Amino acid sequence: MGFPHPSHPRETVVLSKHFGDAGARSYQGWVERGGYAGLRQALGMVPDEVTNAVKESGLRGRGGAGFPTGLKWSFMPKPSGKPHYLVCNADESEPGTFKDREIMRWTPHALIEGCAIASYAIGAHTCYIYIRGEFTEPLRIMEDAVAEAYANGALGPNVLSSGKRIDMVLHRGAGAYICGEETGLMNSLEGKRGNPRIKPPFPAQAGVFGLPTTVNNVETLAAVPHIIVRGAAWYKGLVMGSPKSPGTKLISVCGHVQKPGNYEITLGFPMKDLVFELAGGMRPGRTLKAVIPGGSSVPIMSAAEVENCPTDYENIQANGSMLGSGGMIVMDDSTDMVYQIWRLARFYAHESCAQCTQCREGTAWTTKILERILAGKGKEEDLDLLLDLSEQMTGKTICVLSDSCAAPVVSGIQKFRSEFEAYISKARKPALVAV
Amino acid sequence: MTQETVTVTIEGTRIAVPNGTTIIEAAKQAGIVVPHYCYHPSLPSPAVCRMCLVEVEKQPKLMPACVTTVTDGQVVLVESPKAKAARQSVLEFLLINHPLDCPICDQAGECELQDYVFQEGRSSTRYSEYAKRYSPVEDFGPDILYVPNRCILCTRCVRFMESVAEDPILNVSERGDRAYIGISEDQLLDHPWSGNVVDLCPVGSLLSKDFLHKARAWDLDKTASVCPGCTQGCNITIDTRDDVVVRLRPRPNLEVNRHFMCDHGRMNYRWMNRGDRIEAPLVRDGARHVATDWDAALDRFGEILRGTRGSAVILASGLASTESLGLIRRLVEGRDVTAAVQVPVGDEAPLTGIPSLALRRDRAPNVAGAELLGYGRDWAGAMAAVANAAVVIVLDAELSPDDQALLARAPGLLVLLGTVPYEGIRNATLVLPVTSMAEENGTYVNRDLRAQRYNQARSQPGMARPAWWVAGEVLAGPGPDADAPATAAQAFAMLGATWDVFTGLTYADVGFTGHVLKPNAPAGAAR
Repeated sequence: MGFPHPSHPRETVVLSKHFGDAGARSYQGWVERGGYAGLRQALGMVPDEVTNAVKESGLRGRGGAGFPTGLKWSFMPKPSGKPHYLVCNADESEPGTFKDREIMRWTPHALIEGCAIASYAIGAHTCYIYIRGEFTEPLRIMEDAVAEAYANGALGPNVLSSGKRIDMVLHRGAGAYICGEETGLMNSLEGKRGNPRIKPPFPAQAGVFGLPTTVNNVETLAAVPHIIVRGAAWYKGLVMGSPKSPGTKLISVCGHVQKPGNYEITLGFPMKDLVFELAGGMRPGRTLKAVIPGGSSVPIMSAAEVENCPTDYENIQANGSMLGSGGMIVMDDSTDMVYQIWRLARFYAHESCAQCTQCREGTAWTTKILERILAGKGKEEDLDLLLDLSEQMTGKTICVLSDSCAAPVVSGIQKFRSEFEAYISKARKPALVAV
Repeated sequence: MTQETVTVTIEGTRIAVPNGTTIIEAAKQAGIVVPHYCYHPSLPSPAVCRMCLVEVEKQPKLMPACVTTVTDGQVVLVESPKAKAARQSVLEFLLINHPLDCPICDQAGECELQDYVFQEGRSSTRYSEYAKRYSPVEDFGPDILYVPNRCILCTRCVRFMESVAEDPILNVSERGDRAYIGISEDQLLDHPWSGNVVDLCPVGSLLSKDFLHKARAWDLDKTASVCPGCTQGCNITIDTRDDVVVRLRPRPNLEVNRHFMCDHGRMNYRWMNRGDRIEAPLVRDGARHVATDWDAALDRFGEILRGTRGSAVILASGLASTESLGLIRRLVEGRDVTAAVQVPVGDEAPLTGIPSLALRRDRAPNVAGAELLGYGRDWAGAMAAVANAAVVIVLDAELSPDDQALLARAPGLLVLLGTVPYEGIRNATLVLPVTSMAEENGTYVNRDLRAQRYNQARSQPGMARPAWWVAGEVLAGPGPDADAPATAAQAFAMLGATWDVFTGLTYADVGFTGHVLKPNAPAGAAR
């Protein structure tokens, strides 16, 4: 349900069932609501069976990349005496995304249970949950929940009397966007500067502290207990669009809608209905202009592209964007696209870790050009320059931060070129003071 | 798997390299330099500058050549339009905040940014209307300045301090285009090997205060040499400008010093430029010395040796070449000889990240060579032996006032081969001007018995000659068709006649990376 809004009948409520229900936060409350059954059941299975169940369910990473979760787990080496780690990415730094926060606020034990099952499946004795520094309330709730889970034997040396040891450590981030990138996160976790690492080696070979590691998003892990309890076939059957995108997904809808919030949909749900029906549509008298469907890093979709697009990995990609983290930023016809794109570029310029040349200099330069256009000092050739810089900032760096800066710029110029030209030709009043 | 070789095609050149080689190293072996900034063969590769992106067949993205390992049958394109466009764009990005102050930058002429921009950069910038990032120059330590404006954040200096010096006091501070190289608060970049960050810096961002504004890179003459600072024997380049030594820099030798040298060695060059030199042979005439020519001086040396019987003492500088030590030693063959080499000592300072590389305790370059040639390290013993010696030869040793007083009271004849004059030379029967290591060709033998050649970097002052030449002439005797060595190579070849360890060895064998001697006979004994 899209807390604080009541559940919409067209939502598929799995992860969000207990949002707004403070009773679900306690260990006892969670057990009463069917919690920890999944963990108990998983501990009775062979770890590979757990991995296979997740593989068969078709669950894909909910953090942004959409990589098949079971396949990721199967990359972990067989037990060799070396410690394995599970890292839960709860940094949720992607602008426009606020689903993990709600999972941790309302159903902390869902995450703990998911983490414990995943740890068991990949042979990890320790799970780190890397929580975004700004998440003060979720952190407090998670701390209480972890303490309770230890006290009730759901974590610790003898998990649910199975003889298995699983420890959980909450690690608080310090507020850098790039620490949500899995390798940057691992560096940060190790106490280093949160610079993304070169892959290979991949985390499953040499992750945190140089040891085999799996990094999963909060929403991904929270879905795991349901898959174990209700079965892979049930999850795989939750399809409204592409069969390669099964399951439910929390979509954080924000921006110019009447009812912003988290909506849990079966993947493939029509994007148009999501915006206009679930999220309440535009304000009176306004029309839809654009949607950034997957957090700030993905290309912008025009209203026409939204019209017939099912909300799943494949269909959004076919419409020129990405499902990403499911942070949907909706913009109506009052939006100044040039200003919004500048605002995004400025964010990336600020958050670039400064390793790769294209990103360090390119994000800042892009921001300055957009600033100049907004100040009414743009030139004809600036749009080609922006596209050329974006081309060189795409696919050439260690991580995708620079690609993420380029994506809204390129799609913005492609789809809303006239707005840029209006500033350049001075048909529109400058939106920023001279730079 | 590990020992296999793989065959790759780089820019049309097929080459077989060991499995696990990076593309950048494989390309080097094929004779192709992939432009790069952050990569350095002696540092871990972070792949951050993105300059070495190359096109690899069947890979959708350009790959960083510095961390991508070769696979069998791989086809790599360095000069493809896609790769060139990416490099051009990296250069453009690097230049938007880089000041074009090359006319006042020490690095100009040996700057990798300058070189690559000239080679393949854009002819004009598209970033003309904004101010560049500005930060003031920072004083990092005793010899190092940091000019943040010129910094391209390649992080070689950070990685050197972290992984090689293992004293991680440098860091990247801030983010995005505000990033700069930071130094831990209250700390100085004063590690005994910190000077290497200046060499590692591909641009003029880290500068040596010692070399600051001293010379333009293109005015320098570069001479391959060996550091005279200690027994490690780091390979170096002596940079001279108008016959004056202005800088020492490390010269790569993977077996000895990789790409590094210590600050002690780096700063140990001012003595090479001393102007107060003994410039002519001096013969004693009653109470005074009279300048003479070499013919007369060499005849006099011969007479002294032939006219004396009894024991001899040789007091040699630790800086003396193997050739000079050997041939001087041969002059007194057949006598009871006490030969000693002078070895100043200091604290050992290892470069912890590189095995067996350190500023050594023994601060002389040829201790091992001298020992092979029968010289001992018992300086006091040799000074004591002076009291009974018929002849004492001083080979450019630095004599303390006490040593000089002892020599003044010595009964024997004193022949002094020297570079700089001092009070004690008054007591010498014969004073012969010799060259310093910067002014001659020669070899040193380092602590691992690696014989390494050094070359003449500046001209000989006055009539000074290498000591091996002096000894060679005396050994050959007077006359025009005498069989005296004319070059250091010939002098070196003569050593084998007396010392087995050098038998059959030539300068060609020693080459440019040195030759490890294998003493099979007990070292030190003259036959």
